[in-house]
Amino acid sequence: MNIIILGAGRVGESVAESLVSEQNDITVIDMDPARLRLLEERLDLRGVVGNGIQPSVLREAGAQDADMVIACAANDESNLVVCKVAHDIFNVPSTIARVRSPEFVEGDELLGKNGFAVDHVICPEESVTRYIHQLISYPEALQVLEFADGRASLIAMRAAYGGALVGHTIGEFRERFPHAEMRVVALYRLDTEMEATKTTRILAGDEVFVLADTRKIRYVLGAIHNIDKPVQRLMIAGGGKVGLRLARSLVGQCEVKIIERDPKRCEYLASQLPSNMLILQGDGADEDLLLEENVGQMDLFLALTSDDEDNIMSAMLAKRLGAGRVMSLINRRAYADMMQGSTIDIAISPAQTVIGELLTHLRRGDVAAVHSLRRGAAEALEGIARGDVKTSKLVGRRVEEIKLPTGTRIGAIVRGEGRKSEVLMPHHDTVIETDDHIIIFIPNKRLVREVERLFQVGATFFG
Amino acid sequence: MPFLRVFPVLGVIVMVFALTMLVPLGVSLWTQDGASSAFPGAMALTFVCGALMRSAVWRVGHKLELQKRDGILLVGLAWTLLPLFACVPLLLYFGPTSTPLSFTDAYFEAISGLTTTGATVLVGLDRLPGSINLWRCFLQWLGGMGILVLAVAILPMLGVGGSQLFRAEATGPMKDAKLTPRITETAKGLWTVYCLLSLACVLGYWLAGMSVLDAWIHMFSTLSLGGLSSHDSSFGHFQSPAAEWVAIVFMLLASCNFALYFVTLVKRQPGRIWRDAEWRGSMLLLVGSGLFVAGLLLAKGAMSDPGEALRTALFNVVSIGSTTGYSTVDYTTWPVFAPIFMIMLSGVATSAGSTGAGIKMARIVILLKQARREMARIVHPRAVNPVTMGGNVVDSGTIFSVLGFMLVYGGTIIGLTMVLLLTDMPFDTAFSAVVASVNNMGPGLNEVGPAGNFAGLSDFQTWVCALAMLLGRLEMLSFLVLFTPGFWRK
Repeated sequence: MNIIILGAGRVGESVAESLVSEQNDITVIDMDPARLRLLEERLDLRGVVGNGIQPSVLREAGAQDADMVIACAANDESNLVVCKVAHDIFNVPSTIARVRSPEFVEGDELLGKNGFAVDHVICPEESVTRYIHQLISYPEALQVLEFADGRASLIAMRAAYGGALVGHTIGEFRERFPHAEMRVVALYRLDTEMEATKTTRILAGDEVFVLADTRKIRYVLGAIHNIDKPVQRLMIAGGGKVGLRLARSLVGQCEVKIIERDPKRCEYLASQLPSNMLILQGDGADEDLLLEENVGQMDLFLALTSDDEDNIMSAMLAKRLGAGRVMSLINRRAYADMMQGSTIDIAISPAQTVIGELLTHLRRGDVAAVHSLRRGAAEALEGIARGDVKTSKLVGRRVEEIKLPTGTRIGAIVRGEGRKSEVLMPHHDTVIETDDHIIIFIPNKRLVREVERLFQVGATFFG
Repeated sequence: MPFLRVFPVLGVIVMVFALTMLVPLGVSLWTQDGASSAFPGAMALTFVCGALMRSAVWRVGHKLELQKRDGILLVGLAWTLLPLFACVPLLLYFGPTSTPLSFTDAYFEAISGLTTTGATVLVGLDRLPGSINLWRCFLQWLGGMGILVLAVAILPMLGVGGSQLFRAEATGPMKDAKLTPRITETAKGLWTVYCLLSLACVLGYWLAGMSVLDAWIHMFSTLSLGGLSSHDSSFGHFQSPAAEWVAIVFMLLASCNFALYFVTLVKRQPGRIWRDAEWRGSMLLLVGSGLFVAGLLLAKGAMSDPGEALRTALFNVVSIGSTTGYSTVDYTTWPVFAPIFMIMLSGVATSAGSTGAGIKMARIVILLKQARREMARIVHPRAVNPVTMGGNVVDSGTIFSVLGFMLVYGGTIIGLTMVLLLTDMPFDTAFSAVVASVNNMGPGLNEVGPAGNFAGLSDFQTWVCALAMLLGRLEMLSFLVLFTPGFWRK
């Protein structure tokens, strides 16, 4: 695909990075030549210097041949205008804009073909907030991802002493928990992938990926991890966009303290949030302040400023001072990989969360959702089996007959719509039916293309 | 071993290079010229060496992406190793004849081919088999657009490592001008333009009356601005004004940036060419100089017929100025200004991204604009007037790198000339041989002039010239950096 990306900032860079390896032709537009040069040196893409809302710059970037424009500059205005220009002047078939303001929503007439012509809206802050919210709701999990409109979930967690199944093999699961519709799709031990067969034994410390019916999540979590008490007290360092959104979503759910350095911002936060949320002016890495505010009594400490180093230091400090669990926003991939699972329980990389959302719009065939796992190394993909026995590579075939690339696994099948839907854990003889949602775990990003092809419906019998 | 990972890629490149020997082999079999025994052995040897390099360290190297240093090392290694393989057919052919070729001379001939220099140590070219002459000129054609650029175009496995290779081999002050999102497409585009121009050139020569084989051989050395020929008297052999005009046109075309043609073709904006400062610079300088020398020849009475003077002057000036190195007459007998002027011209007239060598017009344009800026600053000390090229500001880093290049370029010429003087070579021969080699032009003055050739040089002198050619083709710095300790430090 021929893709133009506007903005070589953090989001633009990680979007480019995750797309460039998939045989796409990428052109990045940015005002800063130095940043573009760095990007060009690291990735096989082309940089065009200029203001992307100008048609001449877009033409220089090859907009007339582009299949998609992804606008992820820092300000909403540029992103909206670029989509409009790309659609009206260059007839670019697909446009995606990063929009921070919550007042522009997908499907609104303002963003329609006669408005700004934005096909999809992505908002990193919103994705990160949702992601963190999930982690607060399921305190035992490292990552919770929803498939098939929330009917099935993929949960990543670290096996801990005391979990009912820790120390047992995967084969014993069914005997002990006969009602749990779940399947272990992948197992990582000391950052290397282990084979997840019936005889594999789960040890404390393993990172386990389990697919389950969303209604059974609690049950599954209890099997592998001892149930933690729900998060009641929470401290957030950094009252930026993510901090504010998160605090808003937690109103009435838990006690929240927010530490913010900028006094003006503090005032704004106080005016936006209910009065029982405590806004503190100060430094998130200030030991005295943390002690004074009882950081040791907190169930969860979140470092959400825009600075990686600040986040890491304040999260580590909070952990040392006795906070139950600590999470930190970490933008740099190398830092995130380094910190995850050490003193910091969960490293959240904002770029990766938004990329999953973006990938869904980019995938060919009938792909309904894609989530990136393990900070971009692996992916879970949900596809819909369309067509019939003749045109589809899936429909009417038994699971064992489907030619999956090595290493990839079918985790679950969601059959039926709405209330009647059921989540099936497929066996080797399960037959795929039309309109089944199939969730596939892909351990290596390079195999994504092959899996996608499975979902494409052939035009002819031989296609 | 830090640089082990370049070997698999180098192996593949050597294997691709082996396949190019199919061209002269085919010609040899087709024309029954008696040289067909030289190629299969050379090809097999090259291919096996390539395969060994590829497989010997396969496990270490196959997963790692090429870094910037690897790209530079790979280019350096490829440009020293490929002539080694390219000279094997020459050694095999000349071995059994009455005039066997020494290894030094064979290597010189091969590197003179690949670097598009066009200096030769062989005499009696007219009596050589067609396929041997074709191979010498075909090497020039491959080296003209760049054998590594070809590798980037046809080997998809290189990925972002491809841009490292591309950058290390490309010429000119600004090496990061990508034309398409993916480097493979850029490389393919450039080679496509190159091939299209080549076909047009063959057609032109054929219509001008050359034999089919001669048309191909001379196209190879024209488009690459190489200048090897299948005749001792070079282009003078044909005595054909039509062929000379065709050559003038295609030499001029090849001294421009091929990226410019590519952009023009893709974007369909012919106006872009006219607006390009470097293009205008190259064209005006070459054509203007040709006209000036023609006038000089008439004024000094060296020639009397204006039409012939114009054609001869234009042909020889464009040929030397564009670093091709064909000649129709012994221009060293012209008024003394002309030959010196032509040799100087060869250093500056070709564009970056063309198949020529030398300082490149882009650097000259930048330096002239910088000089003008300095003068403006004397009058208006607070004026802000950045140097621009094609509407974009040239940052001071680029200007400094151009200045650095000029220093190294001058230093190389002076240094190597001194080395040749140590071997008791006359000054004009030594200086012109070094300049002709560094600029990848070919003939110099006196002993190495258009009437003579490099055969009379001692082995040591030949190696010095071979080194000068390599330095000139790789624009010194990216080759010299291989000999700095910092490059090898982990």
